[in-house]
Amino acid sequence: MAPITLTHYLALSAALLLIGTIGVLTRRNIVIILMSIELILNAVNINLIAFSHYWHNVNGQIFAIFVITDAVAEAAVGLGILIALFRNKETVLADEVDLLKW
Amino acid sequence: MTDALFFYAFAVLVLGGAVFTVTRRSAVHSAISLIVSLVGVAGLYLLQQAEFLFAVQIVLYVGGIMVLFLFVIMLVNLDQAAKQRQFNRQWAIALLCVAAVGTEIAYFVRKGTSAFQVARPPAPVGVNAGGNTEQIATVLFSQYLLPFEIASLLLLVAVVGSVVMAKKRI
Repeated sequence: MAPITLTHYLALSAALLLIGTIGVLTRRNIVIILMSIELILNAVNINLIAFSHYWHNVNGQIFAIFVITDAVAEAAVGLGILIALFRNKETVLADEVDLLKW
Repeated sequence: MTDALFFYAFAVLVLGGAVFTVTRRSAVHSAISLIVSLVGVAGLYLLQQAEFLFAVQIVLYVGGIMVLFLFVIMLVNLDQAAKQRQFNRQWAIALLCVAAVGTEIAYFVRKGTSAFQVARPPAPVGVNAGGNTEQIATVLFSQYLLPFEIASLLLLVAVVGSVVMAKKRI
């Protein structure tokens, strides 16, 4: 079995990013769209950690901590918005919220 | 050898969980698959000697964010949504765009591999002196002190914002 290189991690992270993007672009359920955003942020973190390990530099891990902080804030606010939306419009489907479309 | 074995095991966890997250009809199934995927990512952190982030990933993501998701799934009635169409009408265009971006990324990763190999610095001696958590703390509380404080402010704003959003009347 070939040894694991940086490229393996980059490929894995790219695949995770693409799966997350597919989720964001194609799903109608807002809860699952938010989960797909978490997948994308995790793909970014895998990249940061892989380069941090590769360069023997701890700064990448600091960046990953900030990305995780942002993910927490985004999830909290996003789910708050979702609850407010469900109370007002009785739907969690993204394409049924079309007040700003014409 | 063992590294490769563990890498592929965690990669299967990560990608399998991600695929199920995106494709499942029930939001609870999606959440469980997302937990599997996040645990796989945590394993990858451990594989790359980022022990502190491994702990943070388990405690914060699996213990915090996913519980938040499950609470919202409980509060919001998703039965109606689960019976309807799960993918929107633009899914073909979306897949096409994602395939284009994927081709680009694959091309650049293939081309860039040799550049990474050349530029790699040698491993410094005694790099793990003090351990991973101590290293992160030293850098975070000296070099990145201002971003750290700004992050705490961001979290405060997020807490206040989500309460304002979710509360019926303030």
